[in-house]
Amino acid sequence: MKKKLVDLAKTIRSKNAGTDRITFDIIFREKEIYEKVKKSGAITKDKIAALYGIPLSRITDFVEFDPANAIKFTIQRLEPSGSAGETDIFGCQQYPPLLDIEIELDGQ
Amino acid sequence: MKKKQKLRIISPNGHLGFAPTKEESFWIGARTKPDYYCCDSGSDDIGPGPLGSDTCVSPYEWQKHDLELMLLASREQGVPMVVGSCGDTGTNSRVDRYIEMIRDLAKKHKMKPFKLVYFYSEVSKEYLRKKMKQGVVIEGLDSRPPLTLEELEATDRIVAVAGVHPYIKALEMGADVILGGRSSDAAVFAGPAIYEGFPEAQAYYLGKVLECASFCAEPYAAKESVIGEITDKDVKVTAMAPFQRCTIASVAGHAMYERSNPYYEYFAGGHLDMRECVYEQYDEKTTRITGMKFVPIQGKVKVKLEGSGKVGERYIGIVGVRDPYTIRNIDKVLDWARSQVEERLPGKEYKLYYRIYGKNGVMGDLEPIKEIRSHELGIIVEGVAPTKEVAQEVTLIGARQIFYARLPEVKGTAGTAAFIVDEVLPASPAYRWTMNHVVPVDDPMELFTMHEMIIQ
Repeated sequence: MKKKLVDLAKTIRSKNAGTDRITFDIIFREKEIYEKVKKSGAITKDKIAALYGIPLSRITDFVEFDPANAIKFTIQRLEPSGSAGETDIFGCQQYPPLLDIEIELDGQ
Repeated sequence: MKKKQKLRIISPNGHLGFAPTKEESFWIGARTKPDYYCCDSGSDDIGPGPLGSDTCVSPYEWQKHDLELMLLASREQGVPMVVGSCGDTGTNSRVDRYIEMIRDLAKKHKMKPFKLVYFYSEVSKEYLRKKMKQGVVIEGLDSRPPLTLEELEATDRIVAVAGVHPYIKALEMGADVILGGRSSDAAVFAGPAIYEGFPEAQAYYLGKVLECASFCAEPYAAKESVIGEITDKDVKVTAMAPFQRCTIASVAGHAMYERSNPYYEYFAGGHLDMRECVYEQYDEKTTRITGMKFVPIQGKVKVKLEGSGKVGERYIGIVGVRDPYTIRNIDKVLDWARSQVEERLPGKEYKLYYRIYGKNGVMGDLEPIKEIRSHELGIIVEGVAPTKEVAQEVTLIGARQIFYARLPEVKGTAGTAAFIVDEVLPASPAYRWTMNHVVPVDDPMELFTMHEMIIQ
């Protein structure tokens, strides 16, 4: 059974982590769902790089944070936040492409 | 000083003044008589402009409102009030602004005299130039290269990010109210806890969990008070708003908020290791955390520096496009407009940026949806140049030439752009974060100067 991440996660957000990076959090209410998403292999460093069209080197951190049932990754900005040409000074509207990621819940 | 068994600190707001503190949960918390009233008032989220131009993004009245709540409650109880990173950026002038507010408020409420201790965090370029010439490397953070003299010269204002040291010093000086320059958010809380004799691991964790106030509670709501309690063994955090709770999920979730890695947090003097943290639901509104560790730095203490430099004057233009053929060819249209700016201002120093809402205005190159799905586009034109005149001209040509775009098959030959006004708008000057670095110091206090006064 396939489900979209938006229907599985409690929180999907992005936000500045300092002036040079944007960090993304995907948090699940239920441990069981979190474990299934981890196992599905749908959210990995490679898949995130492909989704955002960036080289792997721009993903500075990728962490599965069990205490919060969360998957977290961080992207290096090309220019510091708030530079001329900025599109999102807080980095808080960079998560929507994650919403539609399809997760295979069974049959692994 | 006899050591307390436990210490309770209230955090009323994650960024004092940025949006007003909610009063109900603040007074619920105040009635439980916390030992300290502490709040952070700064952020680097707001971009480099306020630091560079030495201004606030928070309105004067909101800042004063939030200070008034804390001052009234803390003075009535006779316990310390601590505010860090005054006025969004923590520059010297922002500390002075808060001193004036405290003075006004004390007068307004006819308060008994009390001691105010404040410290400045600004760092001179001369200080860093000297260090660099002595061969000291100013290391970059978050993949930045070490600081160069060129970047230093391009910087207008620098603040050092204080750790716990000036806060401990201020309390040793007998402060009733502390107003701090730029500081680590957590130091505002960890400083008092360490001063009161609690272990560093628990103290820094306390600071980390309290710094954003109700962001560590659920349901999501900002500007509500929370109270943290520290002992030698644990930290407990409790939501004060009647509708909020601190849950394992909300507290652990907050541990990763706004940081690259949820397991480590760095301060002047060491880092907090949260890999072994254990979260328990202590009561309905309280989560208990144990297992945190503090790892002192090996060698010299490193203090973080934030620097901002002016890039130029700036104008903004706003353009709408509805013609479907123009929308399909929008990249060509903008190339045309760019070429017209260059033709008019060859060799001049300027920058021209476009954001195309309806295409990738929010995400830029990170946008995975490449085709345009909208029937209309909103285009923001941003021109930056050393003078206002040139910035205005760049932006005006960059916007107006969308109107005159030369497309072979366009039907609408009376203009291919819709304007709200046929002019461009002056914007705040453009700044850039020139520094996100650390400087090694012999004494953690060497960048911070302490001052005291009696408010009466």
